[in-house]
Order: sequence, then structure tokens, then C-alpha cells
Amino acid sequence: MTWPGDALVTSPTAQKGQQRSAVITFENVTKIYARGARPALDGLSLEIPRGQFCFLVGASGSGKSTLLSVVLREERATSGKVYVLGQDITRMPSRRIPRFRRQIGAVFQDFRLLEGKNVFDNVAFAMQVIGRPRHAIMRSVPDVLKLVGLGGKEKRMPHELSGGEQQRVAIARAAVNRPRILLADEPTGNLDPRTSEGIMTVLERVNQTGTTVVMATHDVGLVDRGGHRVVELVEGRIVRDESSGYYGGDA
Amino acid sequence: MRIRFVLAEIFHGFRRNLTMISAVILVTFVSLSAVGAALMLQLQVDRLKGAWYDKVEVQVWLCPAEVQDEGNCAAGAVTADQQQAVEDRLNSSELAPYVDEVTVETKEEVYQSFQDRFSGSYLAEEVTQDSLGPVLHVKMSDPTNFEVVTDAVGTMPGVLETYDQSDLFEPLFDVLAKVRLAALAIALVLALAAILLITTTIRLSALSRQRETSIMKLVGASNIFIQLPFMLEGAVAALLGSALAVGALWGVTRFWLADWVQANFDLLMGQINPMDVFKVAPWLVLAAVVLAGFSSALTLRRFTKV
Ligand SMILES: Nc1ncnc2c1ncn2[C@@H]1O[C@H](COP(=O)(O)OP(=O)(O)O)[C@@H](O)[C@H]1O
Ligand SMILES: [Mg+2]
Repeated sequence: MTWPGDALVTSPTAQKGQQRSAVITFENVTKIYARGARPALDGLSLEIPRGQFCFLVGASGSGKSTLLSVVLREERATSGKVYVLGQDITRMPSRRIPRFRRQIGAVFQDFRLLEGKNVFDNVAFAMQVIGRPRHAIMRSVPDVLKLVGLGGKEKRMPHELSGGEQQRVAIARAAVNRPRILLADEPTGNLDPRTSEGIMTVLERVNQTGTTVVMATHDVGLVDRGGHRVVELVEGRIVRDESSGYYGGDA
Repeated sequence: MRIRFVLAEIFHGFRRNLTMISAVILVTFVSLSAVGAALMLQLQVDRLKGAWYDKVEVQVWLCPAEVQDEGNCAAGAVTADQQQAVEDRLNSSELAPYVDEVTVETKEEVYQSFQDRFSGSYLAEEVTQDSLGPVLHVKMSDPTNFEVVTDAVGTMPGVLETYDQSDLFEPLFDVLAKVRLAALAIALVLALAAILLITTTIRLSALSRQRETSIMKLVGASNIFIQLPFMLEGAVAALLGSALAVGALWGVTRFWLADWVQANFDLLMGQINPMDVFKVAPWLVLAAVVLAGFSSALTLRRFTKV
């Protein structure tokens, strides 16, 4: 079906009609990579309301990373509509993407820190490159480092930190610009269970500041702590969506 | 804050790519030296042309009393009326755009200067006052137009012959024009090499900083902010290269070329002014900035695609 007034999607009334309080809406989204045999996302529809903590689970290759990169507009949906924070990002011109991404934080399995910069500078980098003033940086970075539990380690270099601490730096960097959405792609994939618990706590803390969190993960233990929405993908389709579920379904 | 941050990033890039940056500086140095030398050669040729043209004139030799059947001298020595007619023609409004000045050398003066010039030789003894006529010296506003004058008065009665000095300077200017062209061609080839090298350097520098730039893109840095450090890096390297080129050109002309030319080719080449370097310097700096800017644009457009 076609939506009435597609061209008006960014107007408040059009948003209200279609999205209510959702910050992320997928409508029948398909993603086929140029060299991909089958679709990575296959007619997927999904709504994530503001402030939610949502797990994406599913086997390797089920499309979790693809879904997250479509939200970031690193990848473009082949068909269907993707609304993020009230904007139709499938139609967004490239020049508006940088500004759009400032509202979204992202962390990955491999941390992606800058080896030559210390903890403070790694986090400050995210503010510097979008031109935030010095006083704002001096104020926000220590706050966010405290939030992720790294207070006092500002001067450490990445190689002087444990994996869990490095991931906390990455989360601090993703959160320092106060994003509306935080995307986490297997953030505990390289960490032991105890450290993963700590990371999970930090992400929940970020979530409590009002940031919507979408976390792709294989980590049964974390998901089964309960209390969060679980969306399971198989071959690019949603096979399960529970508002407060477990990794393997009803257990 | 932003400026400090960008400067720090550039410094970072310089340290990391020291060898490539040095290569860029050296190649822009060499290529811009060639461009500069070509430009200075141009200035020198212009100056030489000016100097020579000041000396070049068209001479109109009028009929002497003793004359064989030459030129338009059938009636013997030029008469006062004939001479006046020729002078009037040269001073006419029709020729005014081409002729600066006409001076008359009487046959006595011609004889005297002939004696002075060839004193001691048998020519000076052979020649008599009657074998020389008056000569009109015509100063041209542009000596390459000498044909206008020779065509206008060459066939008038009382004119023995017209004589222009174009044979003297045309082959020389021909050679200089070819040298100039060759210098320009070399300069262009070197400029192309500079563009390729700067392009490669920027690409390497961008590759070595992929992590930074991918994080920048992730947190929403604008494209210009991502590209600026690379562009400035190229620009600073190219500017250093152009500064070296200006220094080298000045040093070479001031301490070597000027003395050498003065010692060996003073008459032919005239003075070489080391200050010419500063006339071409702004162009070299401009060329450096254009080189770097062009290379950056070429490299970074693809690289920073979102
Ligand atoms: N850049 C790419 N080019 C081609 N195919 C890709 C690319 N990225 C992912 N895929 C394919 O898309 C499917 C989904 O992959 P992905 O989203 O990475 O799954 P997950 O994150 O759940 O492991 C897989 O079949 C994968 O091979
Ligand atoms: Mg993945």
C-alpha cells in the first residue's frame, strides 16, 4: 500500500499518523547487497518506540548488522521505507547525513578507538569533529566518563586498558553528544561474561538517560537477564518479537 | 578550538607521512622552479626585445651624385624637392601610427660618420662625399612593421634603397621563442608530475587515517571537516615547495646567472635582474595552491562518500 502524502513525511501531522512515538520505523524494508545472493533484510517491518531497550538476536548472517547500518544510513535500503527520528532517511540527501548522524551513537564489537589518543581525547574527538566548543567538551567528557565508570582514567592510552574498559570508552564516545538513539552491534562479543555484565549495566544506564538503545547480540546470558524487548531475525525476517523475552524464546 | 584541532591533525599527518610529504615538497619545488624559470625567461625576452627595438631603425638612403643605374636614381642626385616629398610621406598621418620619429642625416654627416667608422681602412679613402647621399633614419613604434615604411617610400624618386635591420634580430627572436616554448613544455610536464604525486600522497595519507575518518563519519562530522586536514596538508606542502622554488630561482640568478651573463653575454642578453624573481613569485605560490587544491579535490571526492 502507498501512504497518503509520502512527500510530507517530515511534517508533524504525517509523522503522528504513521509513527506515534516510534524513533525507528521500518516499513517492509528489503536490503539486497550488490553481490549478495539472498536479501540481507527481507520485507522487514519494525517499530521501536522512544526510550526502549531492544535486543536484536539471531544467528550470524541473519541481518542484525545490516539492520543497524540501515538505521545509520551507512547502507541504503533497496526498497521499503525507513523513518528515523521522524525523517524518511531513504530519501535523505547525502549532504544532510552528517547532521542526521549526530543524533545517533554507535558502538561495535571491535571498539574502534584511536590508538594514538588517550581516553579523554578519544571521547573528546567525537565532539571536536562536529565543532563543539572547548568549554562544552571540558564539561561533557568527564561527566560521560563517570557515567560509564571510567572516572579517573582520562589519561590512559587504549592499550593500557582492558577490553571491557575500552568498550566503555567507545560507549562514552557514542554517548557524549547525547544521542537520541544508541546502536550497539555485539558490544560484548569480545568480552568475558563478567565484563559483559558491566557493559550491559552501562548501556542500561545510558538507556535510563532517555536514549533509545538497540543492541544486536549473541549473548544468551545478557538477554536472559530479562526485562527487555527481544526481536529475533532469521534470514532477514522477524520470526519473534516479545516485549520482555529471552534469547531462545519461551523458556 | 576547531582551528587548533585541525592544526594538530595536520601536524599529526605530517609526522606520519614525512617521506611522502618531503617528496611532495621536492617535486613541487622542482616543477615550480621550472615554471618560474620559464616565466623569467619570458620577462627577459620581453626586456631584450624592448632594448633591441629601441636601437633598431629603418634607414632610407637617398641618391648620391655619383650613382650608377640603381634604385630610383635615374636623374642623379636626389633633389631638395624629392627629399622633401619623401620626408613628407614619412611624416604623413597615414604612417603616423607606425613611425615615431624621422631624423635627417645630411650627406656631409654621413660622410663624416663613415670616415669615423672606417678610418684607416681603404674604404674610408675610396669613398668621396659625392658617392654618399643623405640618409633618413626612421624610428619605428614597432620595428616588426618595417615593411609599411619600405613599401611607402621604397619606390619614390630619389630613393636609392631602404634598409631595415630585421635580418639582425629575427633569427635571434626565433631561437628565443623556441627556447621559451621548450621551457614551458618542461614546466607543464613537471607540473603534471606534481599533481600525480600530491594526489598519491593525499590518498596514502587518507588511507593511513581511515580509522579517524570512519569515526568522524560515524559521529557525523561534516565532509569539509573530514577533508580539511588533508587539503591543508597538501596545500602546506605545496606552499613550502613554492617557497623553496622562489628561493632557489633568486639564489641562482643573483649569485650565478647575473655574473655569468654579464661576463660572457652582456651585449647579447642584456642585464638579468634577480628582482624578476619577485615578479613571478606570486604566480608560483598561486600555482602551488591550485596544484594542491586540484589534487585534493581529485582524491577526496571519492574518499569521503558517506
Ligand atoms: N557488505 C556486504 N556485502 C555483501 N553482503 C553482505 C555485506 N554485509 C553483509 N552481507 C550479507 O548479508 C547477510 C546479513 O549479514 P549481517 O547483517 O552482517 O548479519 P549479522 O550481523 O546478523 O551476522 C549475510 O548473508 C551477509 O553475508
Ligand atoms: Mg553482525
